[in-house]
Amino acid sequence: MRAAVVVFPGSNCDRDALRAAELAGFDVRFVWHKESAVDGFDLIVLPGGFSFGDYLRTGAIARWSPIMSDVVRQAERGVMVLGICNGFQILTEAGLLPGVLLRNKGLLFLSEDVALRVENASTAFTSAYKRGQTIRLPIAHGDGNYYVDAEGLKRLEGEGRVVFRYADEPPNGALNGIAGIINERGNVLGMMPHPERHCEDILGSHDGKGVFESLMKDGVPK
Amino acid sequence: MTDNVFSAHGLTEEEYTRILGLIDRAPNYLELALFGVMWSEHCSYKNSKAQLRKFPTSGENIVQGPGENAGVVRLDRGATVGGDLCAAFKMESHNHPSAIEPYQGAATGVGGIIRDIFAMGARPVALLDSIRFGTLSSSRNAELLRGVVKGVGDYGNCMGIPTVGGETVFHDSYSGNPLVNAMCVGLVHEAHIFKGRASGVGNVVMLVGARTGRDGIKGASFASEELSDSDPDKRPNVQVGDPFMEKLLLEASLEVLEADLVVGIQDLGAAGLTSSGAEMAGRAGSGVCIDIDKIPLRETGMEPWEIMLSESQERMLMVVEPSKVDHIAAVFEKWDLAASAIGEVTGDGNFTIKRGAEILASIPAKFLTDDAPVNVRPYSEPEYFRKLSNADLSITRNSNDIPALLLRLIATPNIASKRFVYRQYDSTVGVRTVVRPGGDAAVMRLPGTEKGMALSVDCNARYVYLNPRRGGAIAVAEAARNVACTGARPLAITNCLNFGNPEKPEIYWQFVQATDGMAEACEAFNTPVTGGNVSFYNEYDGVAIYPTPTIGMVGVIDDVAKAVTIGFKHQGDAVLLVGETLDELGASELHYMLTGRDEGAVPRLDFAAEKALHSFLINTAPLLASAHDCSDGGVIVTIVESAAVGGLGVSLKWRWENLSPAAALFSESQSRAVISVEQKNLPAVLDALSALPYTMLGTVGGDRVSIEYNGAALVNCPLSDLTNAWRSGLEAAL
Amino acid sequence: MPKFNVSVTVMFRPNILDPQGAAVERALKNQAGLASGVSISNVRVGKVISMTVEGSDERGVQERVKAIADRILANPVMEQYSVEVLEESAK
Repeated sequence: MRAAVVVFPGSNCDRDALRAAELAGFDVRFVWHKESAVDGFDLIVLPGGFSFGDYLRTGAIARWSPIMSDVVRQAERGVMVLGICNGFQILTEAGLLPGVLLRNKGLLFLSEDVALRVENASTAFTSAYKRGQTIRLPIAHGDGNYYVDAEGLKRLEGEGRVVFRYADEPPNGALNGIAGIINERGNVLGMMPHPERHCEDILGSHDGKGVFESLMKDGVPK
Repeated sequence: MTDNVFSAHGLTEEEYTRILGLIDRAPNYLELALFGVMWSEHCSYKNSKAQLRKFPTSGENIVQGPGENAGVVRLDRGATVGGDLCAAFKMESHNHPSAIEPYQGAATGVGGIIRDIFAMGARPVALLDSIRFGTLSSSRNAELLRGVVKGVGDYGNCMGIPTVGGETVFHDSYSGNPLVNAMCVGLVHEAHIFKGRASGVGNVVMLVGARTGRDGIKGASFASEELSDSDPDKRPNVQVGDPFMEKLLLEASLEVLEADLVVGIQDLGAAGLTSSGAEMAGRAGSGVCIDIDKIPLRETGMEPWEIMLSESQERMLMVVEPSKVDHIAAVFEKWDLAASAIGEVTGDGNFTIKRGAEILASIPAKFLTDDAPVNVRPYSEPEYFRKLSNADLSITRNSNDIPALLLRLIATPNIASKRFVYRQYDSTVGVRTVVRPGGDAAVMRLPGTEKGMALSVDCNARYVYLNPRRGGAIAVAEAARNVACTGARPLAITNCLNFGNPEKPEIYWQFVQATDGMAEACEAFNTPVTGGNVSFYNEYDGVAIYPTPTIGMVGVIDDVAKAVTIGFKHQGDAVLLVGETLDELGASELHYMLTGRDEGAVPRLDFAAEKALHSFLINTAPLLASAHDCSDGGVIVTIVESAAVGGLGVSLKWRWENLSPAAALFSESQSRAVISVEQKNLPAVLDALSALPYTMLGTVGGDRVSIEYNGAALVNCPLSDLTNAWRSGLEAAL
Repeated sequence: MPKFNVSVTVMFRPNILDPQGAAVERALKNQAGLASGVSISNVRVGKVISMTVEGSDERGVQERVKAIADRILANPVMEQYSVEVLEESAK
């Protein structure tokens, strides 16, 4: 299984994502945002960070990077795409996922471990978990307050596309406590918490490993 | 020339005469500007140099002492390719800029110290901060705190460098002159360390990164004036930090360093291109010639002296062989950054500025970097010293109603949890952070080895004010103790020496005494000084801050998986206090809380006892469930923090002779730590304690903190009440 | 009392570095096709704060909003602002 970690100027969780995917058994490459194609991979990771300094809006400039038209094309072909934190923000700007990530409710950057409930364990990203299982992952963001219009929310909830939900009061104010969502086809997932930071016990927990292990097992285009 | 000519550049008549003697002619305006910044306190250390020579600066693990962009200490010998794994680390202040504009001041302070680290060829992996403000009863101080924390956080977070530790202190001596000290630590293999040297005649000098504007010109002289309603147009330009640009600069710089394309590299900090160019030439014994027409500018109409003194952020200076210029430019182009050849290394030893063919200034670089006067200022013991050390502490010693005092004390902003601050700092990016903020020291794992490094920053400025020599030593001791509590061996320090106006004899006395104490402690603990920074003139309305020599300590732990944390771990574990408790309520948090006064004798420090404690903590780390050092607020604060963090109560019962209940619980005696130990490990731990004073306090368990001392029940509180008071104290004060 | 719609535009002073503006400008120039055929320079990013203010006349409102802007909305150390006041049209 081959994975690409796309590096934008300002990405800063690219190495962490590479390490986590490697630990799960992926053969991982970095792909620079100025490349025009990201061909031949089973998984494309858009990592966390501050692409283009978060200037203008989070993810707004990265969304126009040359690589992104091929990321969209690969997603349409069914390749697995995982957006973590800033990667999630880029996916919403690019229209691959609905909604938007607003400034945190308290206006402050938040860095802490949060409890998440796995709401849907039958996706290719979460098959290693059990439905309803609580896991702990770090968050580290200033703009993680998920918002979508009423119609969009109804669809997400009705179609089981809310994959991760904050188990307690969402620290960032996210609508319905939404922490991670998936597209209709089930191959594009965006999440604010950082699974790649909790893949080794020495770092406090291995609760995030499940995401990469699920993809290793089930992340094959259907 | 009139005297106005040199005084406008901050030079004294004596210094001007010295310049005339050195160059044997009258300097022109630009040359005088160069001398002015290079001989400023900030760049030349003219008032501190003589005292800094007291510090031990070498040792078996010291790879690079003071004088380069950052110090380097060896962490692990020969275990990996590329030579020994080392830490490059340094701390710097950005006090005055933060007083003017807290957000940008703090942000650019962090940016500057990060550049110092990657200029050594090291990848920055950790940040720590030591920030001090006036008390929060003033809303201005609360605003400063919010702005500084956001500035530190936004810069480090964007860079992807975790901020893993620090300290936040409130005291009214910092009202109007907050302190913002930032420390950065990077990892580098010994064979890949780079230095700020302009070697090789004919090599090309390249300026990379941001364009040059009028940022921060003469910022230092402005910051030493009191703030007023003067026309903002006349103020120097605030330096605006651009962490995104710096992230690109970091990646591009490390890429060209790793490809071995660079001879020497240095960041542009205070005094910009002037200090970087002159220092690189000075260290190499070469000359540097810069053509200002080749410097990319952000603004039009800039004068040569403005270009040379600009403090625009996110710029680096590189010296490269001519054949590598194109390759370097291509790497920077990939990262959307400019890399311009602006000059060359010469053999004449001069720092030369030209515009096209016209020479604008030419001065031997050594005159600028090495020949500033070295002043030993007159100093004298201030009146307060003896008066305050003999204060009567009986009110505090005899105070009762311990539970009420305890609840109040743990909620004071200085003792309360600093979660409000560190929650705004990304502490886990980089997947190296093993022990996160909120403990005695942060612990990071190291690549390719089982080892880890422990990092802490510390200073109790109240101690330093009341007894600078002992306080300086205690700052080092406490930083080392914090590192040892995790099981790590203290290796070396960096420092930020924040003081008032050194021209005042009592301030210079504080400086001499505090550095004496630090030097003695560094010798005793075998933790040499690898560099640091001196910040004088921290005064507001003529009143100096408390002398604050902040210590940044690096230690190494052999098995990072066994790093010890402060929280209690299991029901039934034994709780012990290691070290001796004396009646030492002088300079204590409790006395300050009760009286609003900083007075009394500062706790004693016995180097042998302190070292014995460190050895015990390091050697028995694998047997300890928790360890937490005793500092501000005394043993009771240590116990409450271990209980709150671990979410487990304690039941304690012990006897001491000759100590009042308040003294027993709130005394700030040094060289102590509270440990908890699983019962099965207790015999081995007691064995290791055979030569150390210790007290068996009781056991972990339940949901209350209960303390019986000399037969009297002093505290019996639900842990949740104490935890809430401690957790919410800082935010409540905001 | 008449009501006025006020908007305050806050920008960095011209000689202060505006990293956000610079990043947006670079993006506009670099990103494929977005700004082809248009020459773009001097991109600056600022903020607009709009509010409704009651007052007897436009001048008085202007003065008062300026006082607010001086104290709170802009940081004169690095920012400048302009105030635009429009009387709310009667319903």
